[in-house]
Amino acid sequence: MTSRGDAAGDAAAALRIVGLRKSFGTLEVLRGIDLRLVEHEVVCLIGASGSGKSTLLRCVNLLEPIDEGRIFVEGEEITAPGVDVDRIRRRIGIVFQSFNLFPHMSVLDNVTLAPRRVLKLSRADADAQAFELLRRIGLDDKAREFPDRLSGGQQQRVAIVRALAMHPDLLLLDEVTSALDPELVAEVLSLVRELALGGMTMLIATHEMGFARDIASRVCFLDAGRILEEGPPEQIFRAPREERTQRFLQRVMEAGRL
Amino acid sequence: MTALGGLGPRDRGDVLEPPGRGRRSRRSGQGALRSTAIAFASTFVFFGVLAWVAVNSSGWPLVQQSFFNGALFAESLPDIAAAFWVNVQLFFIAEILILVLALVIAVLRSIPGPVLFPLRLLSTIYVDVFRALPGVLIIYILGFGIPGLNVEGVPTDPFFYAVIALTLIYSAYVSEVYRAGIDSVHPSQSAAARSLGLSQWQALRYVVLPQAIRRVIPPLLNDFIGLQKDTVLVSYIGVVEIFRQSQITEAAHFNYTPYLATALVFLVMTIPLARFTDWLVARDRRRAAANR
Repeated sequence: MTSRGDAAGDAAAALRIVGLRKSFGTLEVLRGIDLRLVEHEVVCLIGASGSGKSTLLRCVNLLEPIDEGRIFVEGEEITAPGVDVDRIRRRIGIVFQSFNLFPHMSVLDNVTLAPRRVLKLSRADADAQAFELLRRIGLDDKAREFPDRLSGGQQQRVAIVRALAMHPDLLLLDEVTSALDPELVAEVLSLVRELALGGMTMLIATHEMGFARDIASRVCFLDAGRILEEGPPEQIFRAPREERTQRFLQRVMEAGRL
Repeated sequence: MTALGGLGPRDRGDVLEPPGRGRRSRRSGQGALRSTAIAFASTFVFFGVLAWVAVNSSGWPLVQQSFFNGALFAESLPDIAAAFWVNVQLFFIAEILILVLALVIAVLRSIPGPVLFPLRLLSTIYVDVFRALPGVLIIYILGFGIPGLNVEGVPTDPFFYAVIALTLIYSAYVSEVYRAGIDSVHPSQSAAARSLGLSQWQALRYVVLPQAIRRVIPPLLNDFIGLQKDTVLVSYIGVVEIFRQSQITEAAHFNYTPYLATALVFLVMTIPLARFTDWLVARDRRRAAANR
């Protein structure tokens, strides 16, 4: 199952994407993505809506079948035929723009479902771990509440904790603050910042440029399904080389988001 | 980051709504009392006139004799009530089988993957066929046809075939109700479950089905009401249940009062269930509105 071909040569890469292509019907959304993340690295994907950021994340989590290319997680090719996708997804957490908490379960059950059913933890162990995680984000008193009783910011933090409960090697964040009221964005971003400081390897699609500049080890600008430009945040935000990057950042600045 | 917190719609609502709502409710409180009184009075008058006209019309004694014979009613009721016990048993046994079989079919039809294609095809054909055929036809074919084969070991009890026929007829409908429920759960729920490493089956079992079933409880109850009434159809294959019993009594006295007794039994059984269903639907709608 494990394929260690040429591209996988460096097992040091937490994530390596080679020549990834993806179309929806005739629309080519990803047109050859190459990307490499080492452990503890935080890479932010920026770019206009429709540039392919979300699709890229969904492909890495195998939620979308890919058309071409290969994806490696810690040297193992996860796009190889016959690979056990459930086992792969356990190692890769994803948090969605729309939280996607399970509305029929308490916060506690949301967090413990996968550890209990997938990792086969006992109820007591899973609960203990969930309470510890919820305590860290200050929501342990909401453990018995249902998601609809929580604010959007609280729901999104629970969604992050739900992913963390599986101890993923890699965390994907898909515009996690885009559906939030402005006053609720900060609490979610500060949790993500904490995770970055804790050494979590993350690939983050975001519209929060200030946050990206702050947190990213590297920023990739996506344009029409390609990584047009990538580099350290200072370079991308202060001295973008590509004209399209400049124009995108100009528009973002005019909108007051930088 | 922007800081426009103070301009949210909530703040506007807080300022404007309470006085308006308060005034409206006080006024509607008095109004409601008056409308109720008027409704009561007009209903009383309306039905009073209707009853007076009916009872004083020229054919009334004949109608009363044939349909509302008090003595015969009292005489036939115990037998009819006893026969109704057969319907109750039919209903409960069939209902449990239906809930299970229909769920299995709905789940089979919802799981993608080429391996399961034959099963999906089979369940699709089953649902199409059994929804297309009149129930009585299925009851006849099973109840008379199969015992008529005289094959060793095949049951001959009509009650057995009654249960099987009702289960097959209703599972086709109920599986569609379940399937509508499964389809109504947004794909993002399944994606969230799968992203955590849950298998397809686990995602269905723990995330999709619990939400789907909760949503379809009112339509399921509606189908229960239909089943409750359709239990009389098995009288055709010789199960002595409430309808057959009332036919027997009717034939003995040349009087339709036993049918009225049967009708009364169904009214008493079905209307509360129908009301309960309506109440559930209304409650769900209120909740959905409150969450929006």
